[in-house]
Amino acid sequence: MDLLEFARGPALQVAAYILVGGTLWRLIGIILLKEKPDFSEPRKSGGLPAALKVIWTRAFTADPFKKATLYPKMMAYVMHIGLFAVIFLFTPHIVFFEGWTGFDWPGLPNNVIYLLGVATVVSGIALLVRRLTSPVLKLISNFDDYFSWFVTMLPLVTGLLIPVRALFRYEDLLAIHILSVCLLLVWLPFGKLGHTFLVFITRGTTGMVFERRGAKT
Amino acid sequence: MTTVDGRHELDREAERLAYKPPEIRHDKQGDLDSEERINKAMYNFVKNFNTQTASYLDGCLHCGMCADACHFHVRTDDPRYTPIWKIELFKRTYKRQVGPFAFFYRLLGLKRHVTIKDLEEWQHLLYDSCTVCGRCSLVCPMGIDIAGLVSMARHGMFKAGLVPHELHETAKRAAETGSPLGITPEKFEERVEWMADEHEVDIPLNVEQADVLAVMSSIEIQKYPESIAATAKILNAAGESWTFRTDGFEATNFGMLSGNPEWQKEASMKLINTAIKIGAKTLVLPECGHAYMAMRWMGANMYGKPLPFKVLHISEYLADALNTGKIKVGKVDKSVAYHDPCQVSRRGGATQAARDVLKHLGVDHREMKNGGDYNWCCGGGGGVITIKRADKLRHRVFKLKMDQVEETEADELLSSCANCRQSFDDSQEHFSWDYKMGSLMEMVAENLEEGTA
Repeated sequence: MDLLEFARGPALQVAAYILVGGTLWRLIGIILLKEKPDFSEPRKSGGLPAALKVIWTRAFTADPFKKATLYPKMMAYVMHIGLFAVIFLFTPHIVFFEGWTGFDWPGLPNNVIYLLGVATVVSGIALLVRRLTSPVLKLISNFDDYFSWFVTMLPLVTGLLIPVRALFRYEDLLAIHILSVCLLLVWLPFGKLGHTFLVFITRGTTGMVFERRGAKT
Repeated sequence: MTTVDGRHELDREAERLAYKPPEIRHDKQGDLDSEERINKAMYNFVKNFNTQTASYLDGCLHCGMCADACHFHVRTDDPRYTPIWKIELFKRTYKRQVGPFAFFYRLLGLKRHVTIKDLEEWQHLLYDSCTVCGRCSLVCPMGIDIAGLVSMARHGMFKAGLVPHELHETAKRAAETGSPLGITPEKFEERVEWMADEHEVDIPLNVEQADVLAVMSSIEIQKYPESIAATAKILNAAGESWTFRTDGFEATNFGMLSGNPEWQKEASMKLINTAIKIGAKTLVLPECGHAYMAMRWMGANMYGKPLPFKVLHISEYLADALNTGKIKVGKVDKSVAYHDPCQVSRRGGATQAARDVLKHLGVDHREMKNGGDYNWCCGGGGGVITIKRADKLRHRVFKLKMDQVEETEADELLSSCANCRQSFDDSQEHFSWDYKMGSLMEMVAENLEEGTA
């Protein structure tokens, strides 16, 4: 078994198991905590619509905070949109997903994806610079913040290097790229990257509580 | 020959001769040892954890945007005032002891133990520099209610005996005497009689059965007694069957502010039991922000079932009475800036009520920049006004309010919270500021139309 076969085969499979298992463990650990009923008389109906509302609206910054948070917000938008496009709209990835799920969908031209990939890396660097220079972020950051940044950037960088082919064989670059994705999948449920799924709970529950009060969400 | 001041150490590192600044006072109650304090602090923080709060601690991205929403950080640039940092110790303990991956954190030694020194330092962050105003909760891209977490952390700090003395003593006095300012039922009765005489208004007291139970905050009874008369004028004008009661008149809840759920429950139950006893259909809360949070949104949960009566903040009552024509007011030819109490507006959902009242008053209401739900806190909420050592910081933060109010160039400044009013009065005196905070309710009472009063 060569490196590429290993990466595509057992490595990816084990990483996927850890991703699913870790995510379920973390979610169950949180969801199983006991809930106390709220007996206060609601001003408005909360429930699922309120949760869905805030899951959507909190993606945008309220006017009073726009100026102060412009830089990290813009960079975060570029990073998230870029990651989505690179992961799900790159034709070779779609072919890969089709092999797993049987579904396919139209992708974006490769050049556009490369451009988005570069933009995503640049936004990542911009966010890292902010983390390393802002007194607030220097204080509150920990290992998770830096390691999560690293495992997110690695597949992007290794993916962008594949077409370069100057120093390595295509097969080796692809294997390294897939292994870096494995690392990302393995880490995702455990650290801050868990916000991929936790965001629905944090925003959703806040939406339900505050919308019920008729308060600002 | 001079004597060297031995109270403070000389700072040998300083470029110029200087004394080392005195350390911040760390207060302790009781005689628990350090280990017990740490355990109690952490246990009482995580005790009432649910899916929401656990996801909050797991979900923080460390993006730091909450710092830009916090008045304490904005005015000082001190990164320690970053809201999420204020619960860092508790976040750490949650991950180490309770979270889904606690085992790994402990095994790999990834989160270090919290020490008593840490907790002492955090006393300043959790009490002196957080008014639980919840502005940070609105900027968080994950939707984390950081203010709610600070309140939970205060539960831990209280049980560990790590509350600033002034706040602890105020809360203790409230638990012992029923009022944070030590106002006894007799004193309240005296004040009611005085106001009834002074303003020639009927003030029903201790009526056995009434539709409306009106309550007051000690700050009003002590500092702004005109509020008693104003409440009476309004409820009389509306033709309500109403009463004050000496067995349940105190609306403030220092148990909640200091972080003691038992004292919080006691204070709430006193009002709830009185309202039930007299068969009240409505409990009208006074101009007090945290009283609204304690009763409107937490009261039923203290009671353990839905309350058999409605709970209204006085601004909500006024809006309703004016909208339905129960009372009428004459037009006031003034421009007004309105300061939203955080717990009534942003966190309580009653933002519109005061605006309806201002509309009926016909004033030129000048909305402040960053007003309404995004209003800057007065800096004295959450019990901060009681903490003497926090005065300097509170005054520094108040500058934001001064700028915000002055920008409107309004004739009058109003609010609907006696605690905000006290905070404004204190800072007004400190800065010899031109604006004097007034009461929305008193403006209504003063302008009730003939025939209704």
